[in-house]
Amino acid sequence: MAGQTLLSLEHLSAHYVSQQGTRVVRAVDDVTISLGAGETLGIVGESGSGKTTLALTMMRLLPPAARIVAGRMMFEGEDLLKKSDEEMRKVRGKRIAMILQDPMASLNPLFSIGNQVAEPIRVHEGAASRTAWQRAIQLLKSVRIASPDTRVSQFPHEMSGGMRQRIVGAIGISCEPRLLIADEPTTSLDLTIQAQYLNLLRDLQREHGLALIFITHNLGIVAKMCDQLAVMYAGRVVEQGPVSRIFNAPTHPYTKALLGSIPRMTDGGERLTAIDGQPPDLSNLPAGCAFAPRCPAVTTRCRVEAPPEFVTEPGRSARCWLAEPMALRSSAA
Amino acid sequence: MTVITPPDAAIVTVASAPRPAAFWRLKGFPLIPILILVFIALVAIFADVLAPYDPTIGSLARRFRPPFWQEGGSTAYLLGTDHVGRDVLSRLIYGARVSMVVGITAVLVAGGIGTLLGILSGYLGGWADQVVMRLTDTWLALPALTFAIFLAAIVGPSELNIILILGLVYWTRYARVIRGEVLSLKQREFVRLAIVAGCSSRTIMWRHILPNVINSAVVLATLMLGVVIVTEASLSFLGVGVPPPKPAWGLMMADGKKGLLVGYWWLTVFPGVCIMLMVLSANLLGDWLRVKLDPQLRQL
Repeated sequence: MAGQTLLSLEHLSAHYVSQQGTRVVRAVDDVTISLGAGETLGIVGESGSGKTTLALTMMRLLPPAARIVAGRMMFEGEDLLKKSDEEMRKVRGKRIAMILQDPMASLNPLFSIGNQVAEPIRVHEGAASRTAWQRAIQLLKSVRIASPDTRVSQFPHEMSGGMRQRIVGAIGISCEPRLLIADEPTTSLDLTIQAQYLNLLRDLQREHGLALIFITHNLGIVAKMCDQLAVMYAGRVVEQGPVSRIFNAPTHPYTKALLGSIPRMTDGGERLTAIDGQPPDLSNLPAGCAFAPRCPAVTTRCRVEAPPEFVTEPGRSARCWLAEPMALRSSAA
Repeated sequence: MTVITPPDAAIVTVASAPRPAAFWRLKGFPLIPILILVFIALVAIFADVLAPYDPTIGSLARRFRPPFWQEGGSTAYLLGTDHVGRDVLSRLIYGARVSMVVGITAVLVAGGIGTLLGILSGYLGGWADQVVMRLTDTWLALPALTFAIFLAAIVGPSELNIILILGLVYWTRYARVIRGEVLSLKQREFVRLAIVAGCSSRTIMWRHILPNVINSAVVLATLMLGVVIVTEASLSFLGVGVPPPKPAWGLMMADGKKGLLVGYWWLTVFPGVCIMLMVLSANLLGDWLRVKLDPQLRQL
């Protein structure tokens, strides 16, 4: 399934710096991820673990207070960090598209559906409005909007929530991007529509050979949709690898705890386990491992020294001292 | 392969075009102000046909004729004549043209400058925002009328200059209001989606921001119309507005003010009533639109 590498982030760090430069929030810290063409990567983590900042970093759309302080971001053989703003604008929507957290509100109430679906096509391909309009109808058909010919000239308020969602999906794939980043695309939907939407995304992915990055805190979605999983905690990827391997045998205590907090059909009446404590303050991280204060398997070493990323098997790694004995080599030199 | 049945397949869209009659039944629809404004506009447009006399040519032989119902008045000069024997009614009719043209174009100039700067400052933020907002603060610190007199004294009075001056004096209110609107629009998902889709800032401002602030701009325009007309009349009254042969309402009041002491009341009262009616109508309409179109725009 995995083709050649499409996107690889190498030791990427993005920090928010306060105006006086006194407070630094390490929202994304030393993240190394790679994703093959057509693959699906799930990024999970608590609120404030840096998932959304990571997505914005990939689009180079960080707010002014944030900056990318280190690392490389290779996409189809080019370093996105070396591109000018204008070159980057041509990548966005064309080669990397994104679906936002609240697709319900993602449509401009003043323009017709067709106009908005065709917008990226006009912007990036300079297509004439008539061909763009035809493409918009095709796209609506491909996201399974009934009677696209009439829907295309209607306005957002005439659509149901699920339809608007699919229209936003159509905008996402309108320029046939190689990578689609979906930042919690289903949080504002009810469960039946969620399932439909996920199926749709998966079909679109299959048809267009898209790579997908799914940012979510729903491990159920990850199990259903993703090939690869990266678990983020306090701005770092604490564990990553193939979904099935991680779900069967998590290495990092945080991943274990996350998986332990999902109800399972097979469990009897056992209580769900919660993770004690609060996520750490990203501007004031503890000296050692960021998860140490909440970790059930904490050792004295964890409190003093932060663990590097240990590669435990090809394509799988964890930032935990517990993984050291299994390590093939340490990726962080 | 999963087959998705679209949940909306069965939905039949009921086209419900708003009936025109419904518009008139809207609560508090300001029918009278609109009729007054339409009437003034029609008078302004057809001034050539309606006015019985040339507004700029008088005859010293028939100075200070009172309106027809007073003693000494005649139906030839329905509202009397002024100090050089010009027909007051004709001057009022042509004056409507001056007020309408100056009022509307000045509001357009102010709206154009203000909306442009407001969008730029709100959307781009950073130094552009700082520059525009500090400029606006400085502008607002100057008393509008004094500032307008100052400008008029520099460039000299003419109808075009008055329009430009009024535009330059009043753009700040637009800039403020529009910038505020843009700041909240910027956070809306559809603007962020446009950014993510790779639209340039110019496209976003033109396609996504501008159409969404037009509502507020229109509301503000109706409210500003009254302010601008009063200022134009004040400038004309003070002698730095529309230059004399032209029949501006403010100018007519200025010319007639000496006559008040000797009982020539019609020279000031009629233009005064016209100004009042027009400004009041514009304000009532603006107030109604403001509540109707944008409940957030409470002050100003």
